[in-house]
Amino acid sequence: MLLAFDTASPTVTVALHDGSDVVASATATSAMRHGEQLAPLVAQVLEQAGAKPADLTAIAVGVGPGPFTGLRVGLVTARTMGHVLQVPVHGVCSLDALAVEAVETGTVDGDFVVATDARRKEVYLASYDREGRRHHDPVVDRPAVLATDRPVVGEGAALYPDAFPAGRAPLRPDAVWLARAVASRRVDVLEPEPMYLRRPDAEVPRSPKAVLPDAVPGP
Amino acid sequence: MKSEPLVLGIETSCDETGVGIVRGHTLLADAVASSVDQHARFGGVVPEVASRAHLEAMVPTIQRACETAGVQLSDVDAIAVTHGPGLAGALLVGVASAKALALSLGKPLYGVNHLAAHVAVDQLEHGPLPEPCLALLVSGGHSSLLRVTDVTGHEGGVDPLGATIDDAAGEAFDKVARLLGLPFPGGPHIDRAAREGNQVAIDFPRGLTSRRDLERHRFDFSFSGLKTAVARWVEARQRSGEPVPVADVAASFQEAVCDVLVRKALDAAAAEGIEDLMIGGGVAANSRLRALAEERAGKLGIRVRVPRPGLCTDNGAMVAALGSTMVARGRTPSPLDLPADSSLPVTDVLAG
Ligand SMILES: [Zn+2]
Repeated sequence: MLLAFDTASPTVTVALHDGSDVVASATATSAMRHGEQLAPLVAQVLEQAGAKPADLTAIAVGVGPGPFTGLRVGLVTARTMGHVLQVPVHGVCSLDALAVEAVETGTVDGDFVVATDARRKEVYLASYDREGRRHHDPVVDRPAVLATDRPVVGEGAALYPDAFPAGRAPLRPDAVWLARAVASRRVDVLEPEPMYLRRPDAEVPRSPKAVLPDAVPGP
Repeated sequence: MKSEPLVLGIETSCDETGVGIVRGHTLLADAVASSVDQHARFGGVVPEVASRAHLEAMVPTIQRACETAGVQLSDVDAIAVTHGPGLAGALLVGVASAKALALSLGKPLYGVNHLAAHVAVDQLEHGPLPEPCLALLVSGGHSSLLRVTDVTGHEGGVDPLGATIDDAAGEAFDKVARLLGLPFPGGPHIDRAAREGNQVAIDFPRGLTSRRDLERHRFDFSFSGLKTAVARWVEARQRSGEPVPVADVAASFQEAVCDVLVRKALDAAAAEGIEDLMIGGGVAANSRLRALAEERAGKLGIRVRVPRPGLCTDNGAMVAALGSTMVARGRTPSPLDLPADSSLPVTDVLAG
């Protein structure tokens, strides 16, 4: 049994695949709060399928790019479960899961891009061929810089229609397709390392501020 | 002995990834990975840097703790984790990992309060905690006086008598160290420099000790005025072209901090009729604080308990120690939707 989940978007999504297809899945009803929602959803999906953690043979996890805090919840959960259960953990670029779903559900029929919300008025973006194979590593930049008339899958087009006029579904990663993509080897499997694409915000402090009033030049 | 619970505790509220394993009150492993070096050049902990480091260190630290303790994860009876207070993004890494452990192992999860864990850790060194006891918790993130009648927080068991109204004590150490050109984190460097200095060389202010302040803030602390006084003193010295006597400034500053901490803690103990004072948190590793507390408490017939320095700073053993007490006292485990709460009040010891 393959357990798959993604926390790289505001939606937490979990699915269980038995080797032939997805047998149970669940998506969080409220956005965000990944840390609260992921574990109960995993428990729920296992229960739905009448499975136990010990039945798992592999874990697939979306490695982003996406908001860091949620991303880490998914990755640390996957790594910890993989360690406890002694099963492999497959990382999947979250944009790839969207691309596979778009190709398989027929919302695209040629080259296309996937663009998701990177916050700070930027998007994460990668381009794909008609089979859903990624051309390059994902990038992060302002929509105006990455603007394209090609079909755009993912929330980026809904947020920035001026830059991406040809938007379409799906909008956020769905673990059902993440599981299918890994089970059918439709995507490159990566290490379970987060795709941050940005360095941490951190400033080296300047020397301490003066606390005395400036010295007045004497007469 | 075998019947005592084997508990694994996870701590990620700041820059230490800690995993501890205890059986009852016996410490079996205390694995800590610190990202302090990555923060040093920023002069303070950078939350995103800390969170990234926690993710990388989490599983290797769990592994190391199990190896040191000589136990298998499947032997563990319960998982405990700090779910607040602390840095939100950092807490979440530990909380998510703890849930993954609890879920995969089918074992109960206890989301516990970081501050109460600083108190509970003393049981690993000195045995069962006398209850009531008065706890003085001082670190880079907190400065509190707590009346502890039940460290699991049951029925108001952890009662805050006072806290800092501005900077934490450890924060003052960091800021003064920076003024003196000493590295981050400042505590150990000030402690070392102070040994060569004269603690009465400069009369720095003792915050919230005037008669008027004592009416409203008898058990509260304030270190921001002290920090500014040190900055003014050092700057005046530099402006006059004289060298700054680093050791004397360090010793006099440290004395001012320790004097206030000990004075207020003992006043609280006396007021509450409590005969045991427990000191915890990173600043409890300060040698002068320990010495001064013992010297003054002895005269009042108050016993002082301070865990060894390695257990005073943030670690997973303290979380395991509190978790173990939760199990022993039959407290109800936390649900799997347990949140991380960066501003968790000290009175909320166990997430329900
Ligand atoms: Zn602490």
